[in-house]
Amino acid sequence: MYNIATMFAKTFRGGVHPAEHKESTVDKKIKLVPAAPEIILPLNQHIGAPNEPLVRPGDTVKLGQRIAESKALVSAPVHSSVSGQVKAIQDFFNPIHGKAPAAVIENDGKDESLPFEERENPDILPKEKLINIVKDSGIVGLGGAAFPTHVKLNLPKGKSVDTLIVNGAECEPYLTCDHRLMVEGTDKIIKGIYLAAGILSVKNIFLAVEENKLSAVFAMEKAVREISTKSARPKEVPLQIMVLKTKYPQGGEKQLVKVILKREVPPGKLPLDVGVVVQNVGTCFAIYEAIYEGKPLIERCVTLTGSCLREPGNFIVRLGTPLRDVVKFCGGFKEPPAKIIMGGPMMGVAQYTQDIPIIKGTTGVVFLSKKEAEIPEELSCVRCARCVDICPVNLLPTEIMRMVKYSRWHRMEELHPSDCIDCGACAYACLSKIPLVQYIKLAKQKELKKK
Amino acid sequence: MEENLCISPGPHVFDRGSMPKAMRDVIIALIPAIFASIYFFRIRAVILFVVSVVSCVVFEAVIQVLMKRKVTIYDCSAIVTGILFAMNMPPSLPVWTCVLGCFVAIGLAKQLFGGLGNNIFNPVFLGRAFLAAAFPTFMTTWNNPVTLDAVTGATPLGMVKFGHDLSVNYGDLFIGNVSGSVGETSAIALIIGGIYLLIRKTIDWRVPLSYIATVFIIGSVVHTAAPGTYADGLFYVLAGGLLIGAIFMATDPVTGPVTKTGRWIFGAGCGVVTMIIRLWGGLPEGVMYAVLLMNAVTPLLNRLTRPRRYGT
Repeated sequence: MYNIATMFAKTFRGGVHPAEHKESTVDKKIKLVPAAPEIILPLNQHIGAPNEPLVRPGDTVKLGQRIAESKALVSAPVHSSVSGQVKAIQDFFNPIHGKAPAAVIENDGKDESLPFEERENPDILPKEKLINIVKDSGIVGLGGAAFPTHVKLNLPKGKSVDTLIVNGAECEPYLTCDHRLMVEGTDKIIKGIYLAAGILSVKNIFLAVEENKLSAVFAMEKAVREISTKSARPKEVPLQIMVLKTKYPQGGEKQLVKVILKREVPPGKLPLDVGVVVQNVGTCFAIYEAIYEGKPLIERCVTLTGSCLREPGNFIVRLGTPLRDVVKFCGGFKEPPAKIIMGGPMMGVAQYTQDIPIIKGTTGVVFLSKKEAEIPEELSCVRCARCVDICPVNLLPTEIMRMVKYSRWHRMEELHPSDCIDCGACAYACLSKIPLVQYIKLAKQKELKKK
Repeated sequence: MEENLCISPGPHVFDRGSMPKAMRDVIIALIPAIFASIYFFRIRAVILFVVSVVSCVVFEAVIQVLMKRKVTIYDCSAIVTGILFAMNMPPSLPVWTCVLGCFVAIGLAKQLFGGLGNNIFNPVFLGRAFLAAAFPTFMTTWNNPVTLDAVTGATPLGMVKFGHDLSVNYGDLFIGNVSGSVGETSAIALIIGGIYLLIRKTIDWRVPLSYIATVFIIGSVVHTAAPGTYADGLFYVLAGGLLIGAIFMATDPVTGPVTKTGRWIFGAGCGVVTMIIRLWGGLPEGVMYAVLLMNAVTPLLNRLTRPRRYGT
């Protein structure tokens, strides 16, 4: 698919282009997965301070009822995605932590809901009120990082940002949930984007999309045009759509800021420090639902894909639904999977059981066959420097790997392993199949301990 | 667990390229030069290729067994060393000398330093340097192509330097119909191999480009200054071991820098040292010492040319 827009697609220095594998799900309409008879809601589905449970075994809960929260600023509450009875609060399989405390809720099938407060004209509400709604709705970054969104929207005193970048790059292979959401939830995403832009009072809004998602680009462009011509109140700040080259990790925050604004985020700093906030398209969708419809974050769009699956696709899944139930809904397996990855195949986490629940940070689940899951043998580094050429943050992965291997910790600092964004492109590109990103993580941990 | 799932940290997918594949690419790229060698130096080339490849592979396996290391002859790196070693030898080299040179290349230059990827010096050139020091007569006895008549010191570079004979036949130089090391004479065969490696992105273009350009520029300058004493820039590029050195030896990733700036400097440095030896040194040819010298500077280049820290 070639288009004039793609010829001038912007990109960053370095990066890799793994086989995309998006074709099997990219045209599949988002389907609603029915609620499971029993859901497992991990109490912590965000990065930050741990939550305390608000319910006890035996309590009955309603759909949308808050079941865990923390008083700390960097946290996000968790809401029940079904109505029913809390059976237990106990450690359970967790896609990120192995095992972590979760509320097991038996679904009574009635979907008795708390009243969701719809708002017709939220633009007129004060910013603090809007940020509070986002906070109370438990919204976190839905691109996978799960950082509480209200913290990102609530700028620290003295800081200001001029640009909001909406991340629809979806550079991980296999995943298509953001792409589908942009095609099917276009208007809602745009409304969510404008809410976030209003809260942040930015002067520029960019939507970053890779060139392999032209249908999303067209849908978004059309909707933006309609807003500017038909809407009674034309938006002051135009939403500019940026078509970026299909390359991993194009959707990394630092990469987006660099590609779109030519600004580099200094080491140890956030995009905020160069006047930018980056939000995922799924997060903007959730912001819309929370503010316009009063609906807390109780479900999300997930891509289930991979050669083992009978009917791969994109699904709206209630949080806490066991993966096993979602797989059953997709018609089960063609062949038993040898590897299950929560997230994309570059940065995702391999799972040891299908009993894990879908959580806020689950962008997709990839099922790899035995052949695809084979781990190649690690050979000697021949210093071909592919890792150096592709590193998007200018590191020397091969040098860091050597220093780790020979325990030269005293000279590690000068190689700045802490700048690593964990994208894994080095390990992907390595001719000798050396797990470079793991060596860098080791170096990073040592550096942290030193401080 | 009943599900029997594979657990490993990401990334879970890998590029299709691999180090053994890159080694095989180098072997493929050497095929035109191998044929040219055999055409010009006949049975002597065949003997040296067979002896050199077999002894490199055998030494690698035996030394790895003795040092209780994993035997890695399947990664093809010893085969590449063997082919390149034969190519850098004079055609009439006695077989036992060739075997000794291979032992130095694999045993001393490669395995003693820790095996593939850990050696500081190019194994082929270190083996050759040893032979040049230990057996100078063998290493400076050249044969005319095709006829294999023995002629002493009559490589094109030698003729220009010591014979003051500047009548160069560029056609012969280009196809390789001149005396010299087994695989270095045919410029066209080496260039074809180089283009293949560049297309496959197996080698970085910076090293050959900066190396060849530096030699060409210095050659052109001295030729303009003293046309009666020195040949022109093109001659210095086509003659001797420059092309095999720039395309196959200086591009050895193990012994070269990992940064792009470092590679520019590495290639240019090789060119400068080569030309200093060729023009004013005691030897007609300087590619080997130039590459070895720059190998020694490589760790320094890696440190001095680190990329700018992101965001600073």
